Formats: sequence, C-alpha cells, structure tokens
Amino acid sequence: MTGTEKMVVDTTKVLTDTVAVVSHSGGGHGEKFEFSHLLDHVKDSREVEIPFGHFELPHFKPLHIGGLIIDLSPTKHVFFLVLSAAILVLLALYAARRYKKDIVPTGTANAFESLVLFIRDEVAIPNMGRGGTRYVPYLLTTFFFILIMNLIGLVPFGVTATGNIAVTAGLAIIAFFMIQISAIRAQGLAHYLAHLTGGVHWLLWPIMVPIEVLGLFTKPFALCIRLFANMTGGHIVILSLIGLIFLFRSFVVAPVSVLFALGINMLEIFVAFLQAYVFTMLTSLFMGLGMQAGHEEQAHTESH
Amino acid sequence: MFEINPGLIIWTMITFGVLVLVLGRFAWKPILKALNEREEKIRSAIEQADKARAEAAHLLKQNEKNMARAEAEYQKMMREARAMAEKMREDIVTKARLQAEQELKRANEEIQRNLEAAKQQLRSEVADLAVKAAEKILDETLDAQKHKKIVDGFLNQLPKN
Repeated sequence: MTGTEKMVVDTTKVLTDTVAVVSHSGGGHGEKFEFSHLLDHVKDSREVEIPFGHFELPHFKPLHIGGLIIDLSPTKHVFFLVLSAAILVLLALYAARRYKKDIVPTGTANAFESLVLFIRDEVAIPNMGRGGTRYVPYLLTTFFFILIMNLIGLVPFGVTATGNIAVTAGLAIIAFFMIQISAIRAQGLAHYLAHLTGGVHWLLWPIMVPIEVLGLFTKPFALCIRLFANMTGGHIVILSLIGLIFLFRSFVVAPVSVLFALGINMLEIFVAFLQAYVFTMLTSLFMGLGMQAGHEEQAHTESH
Repeated sequence: MFEINPGLIIWTMITFGVLVLVLGRFAWKPILKALNEREEKIRSAIEQADKARAEAAHLLKQNEKNMARAEAEYQKMMREARAMAEKMREDIVTKARLQAEQELKRANEEIQRNLEAAKQQLRSEVADLAVKAAEKILDETLDAQKHKKIVDGFLNQLPKN
C-alpha cells in the first residue's frame, strides 16, 4: 500500500479526521487513505496523463505585468482545452463539408445539424428574436466548445477543462462582453448608459448606478460558477464512490461503488449536455434582455 | 482548487476567440447557409405544391364544366340529327308516294291509250273481216268502195261501243 502513502498530499482537516476514523475501524491497519488526493484529479497540473504514464508540459517564465504575475505556460487544462477545440474544429469542418455535396445531411452532419438547429431555433431566436441570428455563430461555438470539454472529461484519461474555474471565468468574461456589445449595438450607447441609471430620479443615481453595474457582473459570474461547480461536483462524486473501495479495502464494496459510479457517470453525460445548454441559453437570454430596450423590469429578473 | 490561474483565463479566451473565427468562417457560415437554403427550398416547394394543387383543382372544375357542355352539345346534336333524319325520311316517303302515284297515273293513261288504240284497231279489223266475210258469203265481188260505204253506214248505225 505504498501507492496510497505516496499519494498523500496536503489535506483538509475534517476529511482527514473522518477518513482516519473510518479506515481505522474498517481495516485496522493504520494505513491512511486520503480523500484529498481525489481532488488532484480535478486540479490543474503540469503533467498530462496518458495510458501507461504521463508527460510533462513545458514551462515558461511567468510574465510580470504591473503587479500581476501571468503564467502562460501550458497546463493539463490548457492541453485539454486546446484538444477539445481541435476536436470541435475537425467535427464541425467535417459536418460543414458534407453540405457542399448535398443539402440533405446524413450521419455526423445530421447529428451536428440537430444541435445547430436546436441552438438557432430554440435558444437564439426565442430569446433574442430575429435580430439575434447574427450572434448564432457565437452561441454555437460556446455550446459546442463547452459540450466537448464536458464530454472529454468522461473519457478515460480525459480531463474536464470546464471543471477549472479559470476556464469558466474565461468563457464568462467573453459572455460578459458579448452581452454588453449586443446591448449597445441594439440600443445605442446613450440608451445603454441611461439604462444603467434604472430610470430613477438623479438623486438616487449614486445608489442605483453601482447596483446596476454590479448587476452586469453578477450574471456572467453566475454562469462561471454554475458551470464550474456542476462539472467539478459530478467528478468528485464519482471519485468518492470509487474511493470507497480503497477506503474499506474490500471487494464487497466494489460492485456497489461501481454501480453507483456508473449511474453518476450516466448522469454526467446528461449534465454535460445540460450545462452546455444552460450556459448558452442564459447567455442568449441575457443578450436578448439587453437588446430589448424599454423592458426595464424584465431586465432585472434573472432566471436560473 | 479555487485558485484562479490568470494564464488559463487568457488561454481560454484565446482558444475561444480562434475557435469563433475559424468555425464562424469555415463551419457555421456554410452550415447555416445550407440550412437556410434548404428551408427556403422546402418552403418554396410547399408553396409550389399548393399552387399546383389549386391549379389542378381549377383545371378539374373547368374540365367538368367542359364535359357538361360537351354532353349538352352532344345531346342537342343528337336531337337535331334525329329530327333531321325523321324529316328526311318523311320527305323520301312523300316523294316516293308522289312518284308512285304519278307512275300509276301514267300507267293508267298508257293503258287507256292502248285500250283506245286497240279498240280502234279492232273496230277497223272487224270491219275488214265483215267485208271479207260478206264477199265470201255473197261470192260476188262488189265494188269495194260501195260496199265499204254500206258497211260503214251500217256500222255507224250500230250503237257506239
């Protein structure tokens, strides 16, 4: 059991205590099983696991911009981020090429098309109206990129890049800009700024404007946290269930754990689609609200 | 786990930006264009089908009307033809009857005429025979002229016919 010993890392106090108690009463050998190392799986690192080993990613010197240290060297999540993007490009180009021959889709193009149509007809147009069709490419990219990043984490050796808060933050920042740009484009800058005052008396502006500005940021922030938490949560549940086998050191637990993990895994497939949809749908909803000038009350109600 | 790596945020945004540019240009544009074209095609096909159906219905109606008119015309023509045939038949019959009557009349006249001639001939022959018989009986030859006069006088004394 040197393997488990080796994997011990910094721990959360509560978890360690619980695990120590359970493992003591279960095995009585005094060897520690640490839940914390499960978190290593969802953590970012400099190495990418491949079958029969792993490889290290190169490391560059961090950039110093002002007081900010930005380390642009690739990590595991960057690797899978780019890998997902590459898979998506290949898939999308393959599907798009199909239309050159025939406008009737088959196979991959057909599967792809059903999702494209769903985003365009059920997400973009109902939320943003006909004027929203110009943002459909952005929404499609968001949806498919998140979907593939979510799904790739369910493949053995795959890592869910969307389980990293920085990745979801990056996506949310883009969503933030898209929401503001679409609103300014649809209403004009003057209307957009007038909207920030909430239409109240000018004496109340010092109170209203910060609230409104804060409101602009809460929406993408919610997007960011929601996606991150959903993608991380499922993984931790699966890892915990599998971890139970090692915790109890008993084969009796294995079937139960595997069965439950299988169930959660299937749920994860659903969640992968659902969260990609939710992120896209809410982005288009916020864009749509910003694009409808004069519907002030609606703009304040945020639905989750 | 909750520490935020700014490098990763930048990587995400770069990747996403490149993805939007590449896919927007090479995937979404052709796919959405193809979808729109197909929708347009289906819409126009349905419109055309509707139009064709309306036209077919219109043609069918017109056809029925034409058929009805043709039927009426046919009936009328039949009636006319029948009437004409009837008239012609009557004409022919009338003419035939007239002709027959004329033939009959002519034949009667012919018969009458022949009868008259025959009577005349008979009368003269009877006169000749009577003369010859008288000559033979009397065994003497009289002046034919004289005798003829006698006989004619006798004959004229006979009641006519």
